[in-house]
Amino acid sequence: MASRGIVAAAAYVPHRRLDRSTIAAVAGGGGGDGTRSVAGYDEDTTTMGVEAARAALRTVPGAAPDTLWFSTVAPAYADKTNATTVHAALRLARASRAFDVNGSVRSSVGALFAAAHGDGTHLVVSADLRAGLAGGADEATFGDGAAALVVGDDEPDAPVLAELIGGGTATEEFLDRWRAPGDVRSKVWEERFGETRYVPLGEAAWEDSLKSAGLVADQVDHIVIAGPHARAVGALAKKLAAGDRLVGADLAATVGNLGAAQPAVLLTAALEAAEPGQVIGLVVLADGADVLLHRATDAVAAWTSARPVADQVTRGATIDYGTYLRWRGILPVEPPRRPEPARPSASASRRSADWKLGFVGSSDAGGEIHLPPQPGDPAAVPMADATGTIATFTVDRLAYSPSPPVVFAVVDFDGGGRLPVELTDVDVDQVRIGASVELTFRKLFTADGIHNYFWKARLR
Amino acid sequence: MGSHGIKDRVAIVGMGCTRFAEHWDKGLDDLLIEATDDAFTATGVTKEDIDAYWLGTAQGGMSGMMLARPLKLEGKPVTRVENMCATGSEALRQAAYAVASGAYDLAMAVGVEKVKDSGYQGLNAVPVPNDGTQRTLTAAAMFSMVAPAYAERYGVPMDELKAVLARIASKNHSNGARNPRAQFRRQMSVDQILAMPDVAGCLSVFDCAGVADGAAAAIVCRAEDAERYTDSPIYVKALSFVAGNGSGLTDPDYDYTTFPEVVACAQDAYAQAGLTDPRAELAMAEVHDCFTPTELVLMEDLGFCERGRAWKEIQAGAFDLDGDLPVNPDGGLKSFGHPVGASGLRMMFEAWLQLRGQAPGDRQIATTADRHLALTHNLGGYPGEMVSFVSILGT
Repeated sequence: MASRGIVAAAAYVPHRRLDRSTIAAVAGGGGGDGTRSVAGYDEDTTTMGVEAARAALRTVPGAAPDTLWFSTVAPAYADKTNATTVHAALRLARASRAFDVNGSVRSSVGALFAAAHGDGTHLVVSADLRAGLAGGADEATFGDGAAALVVGDDEPDAPVLAELIGGGTATEEFLDRWRAPGDVRSKVWEERFGETRYVPLGEAAWEDSLKSAGLVADQVDHIVIAGPHARAVGALAKKLAAGDRLVGADLAATVGNLGAAQPAVLLTAALEAAEPGQVIGLVVLADGADVLLHRATDAVAAWTSARPVADQVTRGATIDYGTYLRWRGILPVEPPRRPEPARPSASASRRSADWKLGFVGSSDAGGEIHLPPQPGDPAAVPMADATGTIATFTVDRLAYSPSPPVVFAVVDFDGGGRLPVELTDVDVDQVRIGASVELTFRKLFTADGIHNYFWKARLR
Repeated sequence: MGSHGIKDRVAIVGMGCTRFAEHWDKGLDDLLIEATDDAFTATGVTKEDIDAYWLGTAQGGMSGMMLARPLKLEGKPVTRVENMCATGSEALRQAAYAVASGAYDLAMAVGVEKVKDSGYQGLNAVPVPNDGTQRTLTAAAMFSMVAPAYAERYGVPMDELKAVLARIASKNHSNGARNPRAQFRRQMSVDQILAMPDVAGCLSVFDCAGVADGAAAAIVCRAEDAERYTDSPIYVKALSFVAGNGSGLTDPDYDYTTFPEVVACAQDAYAQAGLTDPRAELAMAEVHDCFTPTELVLMEDLGFCERGRAWKEIQAGAFDLDGDLPVNPDGGLKSFGHPVGASGLRMMFEAWLQLRGQAPGDRQIATTADRHLALTHNLGGYPGEMVSFVSILGT
């Protein structure tokens, strides 16, 4: 039987960082050392999930996921499925499934288990956007980000990079961290209590997983421990004698804890560091303990991540704490004195879904590319992965924006096509005619509770 | 097939125009009544004498009943027309063709806009339900992209180009100061304008048209009937209109230094009127100076000077009130204000005054004694996707 495991992986760390040391001066306390990642005002868990998934799929262009799982504790929509937006942005086949597995930190490892034990190719996307109230521990220690794992059988055009070789679980109901739906703030029980539950649960699941794989603890080369209870994670790392085999602990100082996205982000980082034959153990401490053991295959040597975690961590740019609070809506500010945008039409959006969500243009008989697609053009042209050059640009301090000013450029795409499009993840003084840009899936605004997703360009 | 025009077949025999201002105490009905009354009086006719009406408003309301109701018209055809910021010109164009066809003897074109009831500064389009992917950039930002593109193409240092743009605004403020109907009647020096903060690209609020309420009206008849109403009619020499297909937004060859719709529209108008050298033949031009870079580019697109030369000609004063070809002698959109549906007719109102020697003395163009033609240019939309209107009017 062909081996099954991870065939592609990618993390997405948003562009912005908050310097934790700037928090206390405003909030009267909290903060700390290092930075945390901050989703842009135009990002949510769905858009970050799309970015991670695009990066993962880029290394396996032949892979066609049959099932998409999307996990987050901060879904953009309730009632409505968020995974279908991701599905549309990735232009997956209509016959491929798309499901949310949302609400709890544990949901994402659940999706990973389902994918590992399922049939066909699964795309497991997890994303989180964590705020907490000003000055709190969650605000400082958490971060925003996403990851995507493609799980499937070993195929020539999508070889397994890390084969699933074992797993273990210990489920237990107890109260450590909880939040009423819609609240910004999570509440936690006294820390010591959770630690007394998580550490033995982690040990039990760990032992079971080793047994299932026929390994002893020393044979695990990389250990990843994820979970929102930092103290329990640290204690378990000691119990397992992880030592320098522990991967990803450094992300706490730069990115923060990514909640439901944390397991897959850390697993991706481990995979990016793994050599053929090495064993990676993933432990997730969230309302119990779940362990997955993977062994890196020979294929991992030839694999290069489209967006290595370490690169993304170092590429970020800081924002001030006031902007952070504004972006998260924790500090309500006076909106621009302009009419707020109207809600997008559901039926018009459906008709143009390939354009709006998939960034598919068209080309005429002569091969000229049109963005948006024009009626009568014979061919559809997917353009989401195209790069382009800024032909001219402007900064609009009058237009409505959730975060003025609007930076806007006329982009000529390499290989043809032009689109006047908004720029993001950019400071006004960085824009130049001739600069190279790529596309990113974003939320333009929200009106009547409808998130208006479309694409923007960002400097490469 | 062909665009033949109606040269000298239709005359404007009376016009009216309200003051353009933030008319907090006047509504659409008040403005419509004031402008049409002025035109009726100027023509010596009553509302019953008009056989058909065209009402231009971009967003003031729906249908011809907007005019029929306040004027208490009985059994008259009233058509509401809309063509973005060129709406007022479009109303005149329809009325002129209607009398030229013989369908009616006397027709009125009215343009109106009440923009100051929205509660927001600037112009705000009423959204049509859509898929949410449309740009939400302001018109100021869209037109601001012309400035760096022009500077780049013709090697003009940005500082120098900003001074050119400020000079356009300063000239239009200077003209508007001589116009009792204008929204802004204050002189603004180039230095004062250059000191304003940027709001969109390199444009400040002083690079933008005034936002005002107002209305204007014109009464037209067949040329042979004109003397029944006035001994000094002005005649329609050309009416040209081009609706762009938006290709500038998708075409990488479009460089934001010209408006092809305007070039095509002007060529058609010059052919209809038989003009070969507009710079020398025209006594004046009213052009759509929605933003200062627009007026810069229009000087070239309308053939008033060679490509890449407008910025030098502007600096040399060629388009000043006492220049070779005065442009926007009434202050333009910049200082007269821009009640969208009325602006096209307001431009013709200035031609009506100037060509008949009835502009105030400090604004009357001297060359109208020798040159008997005026051009109005009105556009709607943005660089890359616009509608353009050009008229040539003459005595």
